[in-house]
Amino acid sequence: MKKLFAVLMALVMVLSFAACGQDDEPSVYWLNFKPESDEALKEIAEMYTAETGIPVEIVTAASGTYSETLTAEMDKANAPTIFVVSPNGVPTWGDYCLDLTGTPIANELATDAYNVYDGDKLVSIGYCYECYGIIVNNALLKKAGHDVSEITNFDSLKAVVEDITANKDTLGFSAFTSAGMDGSSSWRFTGHLINLEYVHEYRDNPEAWGNGAYGPAELTGDYMDNFKALYDLMVENSTTDRKELATGGFDAAAEFANGEAAFYCNGNWEFQGLLDKGMNAEDLYMIPYYSGIEGEEKAGLNCGTENYWAINGKASQADIDATMDFLVWLVTDAEASEKAVTTFGVMPYKSAAESTNRFLAQANAYLADGCYNFAWVTNYQPNVDAYRETAVNALNAYNADPSDANWATVVTAFIDGWAVQYAAANG
Amino acid sequence: MKLKRDSAAVNSEMIRKPIQRWAPLFLIPMVASFLIGFVWPFFHGLFLSFCKFRTTSDWEWIGIDNYGKALTDESFMYSFGFTAIFAVVSLVLINVFAFAVAYALTQKIKGANLFRTVFFMPNLIGGIVLGYIWSMIFDGFLSYYQTSILMDTELGFWGLIILTCWQQIGYMMIIYIAGLQAVPEDMLEAAKIDGASAMQTLFKVTIPNVMPSITICTFLSLTNGFKLFDQNLALTGGSPYIINPDGTSIHTTEMLALNIYQTFYGQNTASRGVAQAKAVLFFILVAGLALAQLSATRKKEVQQ
Repeated sequence: MKKLFAVLMALVMVLSFAACGQDDEPSVYWLNFKPESDEALKEIAEMYTAETGIPVEIVTAASGTYSETLTAEMDKANAPTIFVVSPNGVPTWGDYCLDLTGTPIANELATDAYNVYDGDKLVSIGYCYECYGIIVNNALLKKAGHDVSEITNFDSLKAVVEDITANKDTLGFSAFTSAGMDGSSSWRFTGHLINLEYVHEYRDNPEAWGNGAYGPAELTGDYMDNFKALYDLMVENSTTDRKELATGGFDAAAEFANGEAAFYCNGNWEFQGLLDKGMNAEDLYMIPYYSGIEGEEKAGLNCGTENYWAINGKASQADIDATMDFLVWLVTDAEASEKAVTTFGVMPYKSAAESTNRFLAQANAYLADGCYNFAWVTNYQPNVDAYRETAVNALNAYNADPSDANWATVVTAFIDGWAVQYAAANG
Repeated sequence: MKLKRDSAAVNSEMIRKPIQRWAPLFLIPMVASFLIGFVWPFFHGLFLSFCKFRTTSDWEWIGIDNYGKALTDESFMYSFGFTAIFAVVSLVLINVFAFAVAYALTQKIKGANLFRTVFFMPNLIGGIVLGYIWSMIFDGFLSYYQTSILMDTELGFWGLIILTCWQQIGYMMIIYIAGLQAVPEDMLEAAKIDGASAMQTLFKVTIPNVMPSITICTFLSLTNGFKLFDQNLALTGGSPYIINPDGTSIHTTEMLALNIYQTFYGQNTASRGVAQAKAVLFFILVAGLALAQLSATRKKEVQQ
């Protein structure tokens, strides 16, 4: 028995030494949120390690599992030093974030438009921003005898769309790509398109939204008719029968790139992919969500971000310093920032490389014309996954049978569902 | 055991003594992995169900609040009912079919080995993969009627049943085959000589003799039914939802395990403790059912 104890004690000792044996060398650990950037970030990390000798680890959470991965990783002794905290993650992770006010990386920011605060504490800062709207293939519009410049509001959009549908058989293409409702595509509607509801509520009453700092406990639902108008236009003039949308498995990007449809609801991150699929940059335009709201001739694209850097305040000081140095290097070094901008689209930092993304340039052109921006207030969706999944279910029922009763359920899911999830998230 | 005098024999004192002395050393890997992989997480989980927590090391004691919230959660109660019905239906179907297939394949038919292999194979595929494959099969068929497995609770229920049966019948079949092959030949012969019909032989001789297999299989399929998770997540994900006028929703094909998962990850961290409490309740339920079922069936086993 004594020997057994001796052996057990020896084992415990070895294990605890192993646990204590963590090096005090400074290191950086970035838990990355964007799977499509994984490869580029790893190259950047290698560049930095080669230059400074400081190890930079990049771990990418599989698509849609960031929250699970972050929960598990934060529990480890070697927790991430850089992670992503968007506004709806603040209740959960705010305490873990270093206050970035006045830090070297915050001083490199070109704008404070993408900062996230928890009270006075600057918990995270945007590292790229994106835009979304309706992508247009102007070559197809021209084929149908139209031009993207005709479209300035919902009525003109509707006229072009319905004209294409009327001549669908002779033209050989549809107006809109499929609006699949599986997980790979439904966010284009339950996360993006619905922003037109939120953003106009926000414009009507910015105070309820803390002037863009947080989401309200309840929505008014004042613009759901506009959402319905545009949504119906999209699903009724599309490549796919709306009754089949619930099944999913459609490839809207391929439909668009193959010239099967002239309009495609998505964002600037598709730009490079569409070029790679053989489209011409000069045919591509992005137009705002025109939905029949008064004054929408002056609407711009949806610009914002859900990509925010937060630094783990519970990491060792050496790791925090190393992380700060790495981020500053990333947004100031010419070669590194060029690589980063290629994968991220654009970075809002003074010394970062210029963007080459045509859709982002168009977004900026709208703003330069004095159009109003659709801020990404969709970021405030409470319990975002559960909220959107409920909306998907309501939209599925509505697509199967577009009755008024089913539309009322869609409104309930988006508007009352918000209040329910808000209470659950903040209660 | 009688010790041999020959010192080179395997059970001689000279060889046995050191083995006996060092036996605990050889137990360490297994005991350690059991402690690390089961006992510790179990008690830690039990502890966390009384806490509000974000990560498992960052908690705050709040007592039994979580249990109150879990028990008053409408969606949890719905999932319980749905899971119970599912478990009963799948239990019956799996065991009846598995026994029938096993019985047929022990009747000396040609290619029995091939059939056994083929029927067992679905078991080798992971639940998530199976769920996606079957959702394609179901939707491929249902799209003809312009609907989808995600659109109808009944379709979702029977879809899950078909999937589970397809996956588990082969496994239970193997257990039944082993049981059927162990039925003493002389008993069957005696029944034949006494003029018992095939039906009488089946119900009076064969089935009482395979009671141990039936115990194991009902036990396994009942707990499997209650614990079903991956297949549920991949096939329906809880859809369709009933959306109440107040904005809350019931996920009509969500089983207990998925409900716990959705509570843990789908919502803010305030509900993680509630999810943990649900998981403890879930454990008590499954363990209780399994024990009750085990003791009930044990009584019916024949002593050979």
